[in-house]
Amino acid sequence: MAKDVKKEYVSILAQINVDGTIQPLRVLLEDGRKYDIDEVKDKCRAASLRAGGCGIRYTIRIGARDTYLFDEDGRWFVELRVS
Amino acid sequence: MDRSILHVDMNACYASIECLYDPSIRDKPVAVGGDAEARHGIILAKNQIAKKYGVTTGEALWQAKQKCPQLVIIKPHYDRYLRFSALARQIYGSYTDQVESFGLDECWLDVSGSVHLFGEAAVIAEEIRERVKRELGITVSVGVSYNKVFAKLGSDLKKPDAVSVLTRDNYRDKVWPLPASDLLYVGRATTRKLYNHGIETIGQLAKTDPELLQAWFGKVGMILYWFANGLDNSPVMSVGDETIIKSIGNSTTTPRDLMNELDAKIVFYMLAESVAERMRDHGFLAKTVQISVRDNGLFWFQKQMKLDEPTCLASELCDTAMELLRISYRWQNPLRSIGIRGCDLIPATTPKQLKLFEDEAEREKLEQLERAVDDIRRRFGHYAIYRAVVEFDPTLKHINPKEDHTIHPIGYFKAN
Repeated sequence: MAKDVKKEYVSILAQINVDGTIQPLRVLLEDGRKYDIDEVKDKCRAASLRAGGCGIRYTIRIGARDTYLFDEDGRWFVELRVS
Repeated sequence: MDRSILHVDMNACYASIECLYDPSIRDKPVAVGGDAEARHGIILAKNQIAKKYGVTTGEALWQAKQKCPQLVIIKPHYDRYLRFSALARQIYGSYTDQVESFGLDECWLDVSGSVHLFGEAAVIAEEIRERVKRELGITVSVGVSYNKVFAKLGSDLKKPDAVSVLTRDNYRDKVWPLPASDLLYVGRATTRKLYNHGIETIGQLAKTDPELLQAWFGKVGMILYWFANGLDNSPVMSVGDETIIKSIGNSTTTPRDLMNELDAKIVFYMLAESVAERMRDHGFLAKTVQISVRDNGLFWFQKQMKLDEPTCLASELCDTAMELLRISYRWQNPLRSIGIRGCDLIPATTPKQLKLFEDEAEREKLEQLERAVDDIRRRFGHYAIYRAVVEFDPTLKHINPKEDHTIHPIGYFKAN
């Protein structure tokens, strides 16, 4: 189950809005890769069964692809594909 | 009108959470167990697969390994369980403010006042089941009924990930065939006693003459009769009421057996200090001290004693505990685990009768001293300062900072 995905903690560049909400702008992987977030499509509390964890899930669009970004009590992770 | 009560039970809570965090073990038999090295070596929870092998909660790790050699045993992460428990309560809290916890993984909800907002109780139950699964990634089973006891039985009827409804019309078919031991308050001893009287199911219990039950069990007999017939009308506590603390205690299984009074004193001091600190944190004084003792043959007893004066001092708690131990235990066997508890709590602001012949100034000084120690520990850590008695055996020292205590279900009749 879910062997193609691993839980990868990432750094986040984000904007904190006037109302205190957080808007993630860029994802920085540990290996140096950077991805700009083009759009935050959805935000809800959800579990990640694939990577193993739970928190606030942002559905983000990077280029043409949608993916998930999780805020797990202040630490952020993505479901990173491993080949 | 009947109340609408839900009982939500997280299925195999600890094991489910561990499986959520580690996808690679999800299809294996998994158990959460204590640390065998520190002799907390029992199964705390297991997943469905491990259950099939006959692994049971409470048995020793080696026993479980014998039944299921490939069993994956994981050390407990209480911080995670506390977080999930709080997150689940947040979900429940969006339907009602009457949420009463029973341990970390079980809650009663009274949704009588919310049915016109969210739909029938069964609908709310389904929604909660769905939400917990989606948002927390673990499954719950929900019992829906018109009283707490049947709601709790309901959550056991079908699991995992299910909703069961028990109504006035169907409880005779669904509840009464269940074994009496499923009922709240029917433990091993009561089960045996009931069995000796020819009562095996809840239905048989329900049809027994209540006066007979009272004769056999005293006050509890009536309670059992009410429970079996669904006549339980105890309320679901509101979120705010639940914080009422009835007692503060701490117990531990020690890294090695305790051989004599000195050993016991070391451990009692460690425990008493954490209990006293928590009492001061919450602004309480205890009027009664209670100890619980288990020897290495697992013989177990509890004893308690009223104090002359309410206290929040570790030294007085510990002295009383030692006195109780001296009165009640002859060291037939070494001790495996001991605990101490301050009961009959009163607010520290309660006016008190000063004693004519006792040095009140001295007690006040002692309290200030202990508060100073609290302060040092808060700033520099638990082991920055400790009693010299602990140095007699430093191996016993590493047992129990304040954070180390676990959460168990407390009594059902909290309002009494």
